[in-house]
Amino acid sequence: MWIYEKKLEHPVRVSCPDVKFAKMVISQYGGPDGELSASLRYINQRYSMPTDTAKALLTDIGTEEMAHMEMIAALVYKLVDGACPEDFKAAGWEGQWVQHDHGLFWTDVNGVPWTAKYIACLGDPIADLTEDMAAEQKARATYEHLIAATDDPLAKDTLRFLWQREVVHFQRFGEMLNEVQDWMANSKHMWMGHRPEK
Amino acid sequence: MDCENLIALLRRLQEMEFVAVELNLYLDTHPCDEEAINDYNCAVEALRQLKKEYESQYGPLLNFGMGGFSRTPWQWAMGPWPWEI
Ligand SMILES: [Fe+2]
Repeated sequence: MWIYEKKLEHPVRVSCPDVKFAKMVISQYGGPDGELSASLRYINQRYSMPTDTAKALLTDIGTEEMAHMEMIAALVYKLVDGACPEDFKAAGWEGQWVQHDHGLFWTDVNGVPWTAKYIACLGDPIADLTEDMAAEQKARATYEHLIAATDDPLAKDTLRFLWQREVVHFQRFGEMLNEVQDWMANSKHMWMGHRPEK
Repeated sequence: MDCENLIALLRRLQEMEFVAVELNLYLDTHPCDEEAINDYNCAVEALRQLKKEYESQYGPLLNFGMGGFSRTPWQWAMGPWPWEI
């Protein structure tokens, strides 16, 4: 089961509210390569991993991604803090105001709601770990775009932390892909699905 | 692995943790109920003992430094996982 810890993984601060930038950051909340997608993708893939270490890594990174979703939520919260309808209109984000006010909602940068189509699970550990590595790279690239799109040094600090975590996750998934491939080669496991070992 | 002992210990943990969950939710809407707060604190103490007992045999119950110490190799990454029990 999951336990909530009442703190952020890393501080989230902004110099001043910026609705226009919040509209961009929301992509990492409910977009295809956002933190909700990441978290659910990894936690869901655990059940078809062949080794205990792969199950552990997906549990841990999936859990950390949930903490990142909370950081993105905190960032959006602070970027729209005190904004009035006029501010939303000026930022071109009046749709958010009309449907959600200051409430958070999982959409991509164009307002398209989150969908399970963003995540994959083949049940094949090589396919799934390769998918995870690609997902980390896509999240890394998105964070680079967001960092380039703001001048706020405090928001940049938060985004740089998240960017760095994607780099580390990619590294760990790469190591796990090698480990699972070795496991298959050494024990002459051809991946034939989940049959009990004799 | 001594599965029977593991399952029995887990069951006791689940029971005590459920007591804590229930009291927690109750206290969220009754924050001044001193008796319930005492019960909650008793559950915290009982849980602490049960977790210590579990973790000394089976390794950390929580990740990210929130659980107990690990022996070598890294006990966190050892099965069985909850959905396999
Ligand atoms: Fe990640």
